[in-house]
Amino acid sequence: MKRALVLVTFGILTGALLLIPGLLQFGIPAASDMDDYFLEHCQEQTAANNVVTSVVFDYRGFDTLGESVVLFTAVIGTGLMFRNMLKEEEYEDE
Amino acid sequence: MRMSKLVRTGADLLYPFALIFGLYIVLHGHLTPGGGFQGGAVVATGAAIVIVAWAYEDIAEMIRKVTMMAQESAGLLLFIGAAILALGFGYAFFYNVLANSGGLFGLPVAFGPNPGELDTAGVIPIMNIAVGIEVWGGLTIILLYLLSGLKKEEGT
Repeated sequence: MKRALVLVTFGILTGALLLIPGLLQFGIPAASDMDDYFLEHCQEQTAANNVVTSVVFDYRGFDTLGESVVLFTAVIGTGLMFRNMLKEEEYEDE
Repeated sequence: MRMSKLVRTGADLLYPFALIFGLYIVLHGHLTPGGGFQGGAVVATGAAIVIVAWAYEDIAEMIRKVTMMAQESAGLLLFIGAAILALGFGYAFFYNVLANSGGLFGLPVAFGPNPGELDTAGVIPIMNIAVGIEVWGGLTIILLYLLSGLKKEEGT
């Protein structure tokens, strides 16, 4: 029973994976309004030649701010975890 | 644990080039592929080569944890400061005030594919530099913490 269920699920997922290249054509995205807007307006609005950077740092700046804060938090977490191991050396630094 | 003299010399030779290449990726983030995160990761890779080749005790004086921590905090503060800068001019948070203004990084850009000018794109290069400094300090300090755990195991 369980084996049959696994096989059926696997078959459905494989079929879906094989169906996607048949349905979509290469180079013709389904919805491209946003892409066209960025490609046409990024050079006059942000004066950056790199469209990806203009999206990451200008149009979607909040996302990058979140990424930076995530990295900062990760470093703080690593520092807290490994602090006991280096206790004597940390006192020398201060 | 120190590696052999060949590896140590090679790491010393590679470190400045990794530094220069990473900073190039950071500074040209608005013209070529790459940006702050990628360039900072490249610079941290250079630090990783040196840390792995040498013992932790030799590196601790050269790459200091306090400096890296200050660098990381300064990068994040500079990033938020560049975003807040737009509020002072009466625009929304994260608005690109310096673009097309004629001042710092303020040259206009022609439409279509062109080689580009370094002095463009407004606050985007400033944010790239800020994020690059932050990722450099952050990844280096993670590497220092993780690799300093090895110091007591091997006696060299």
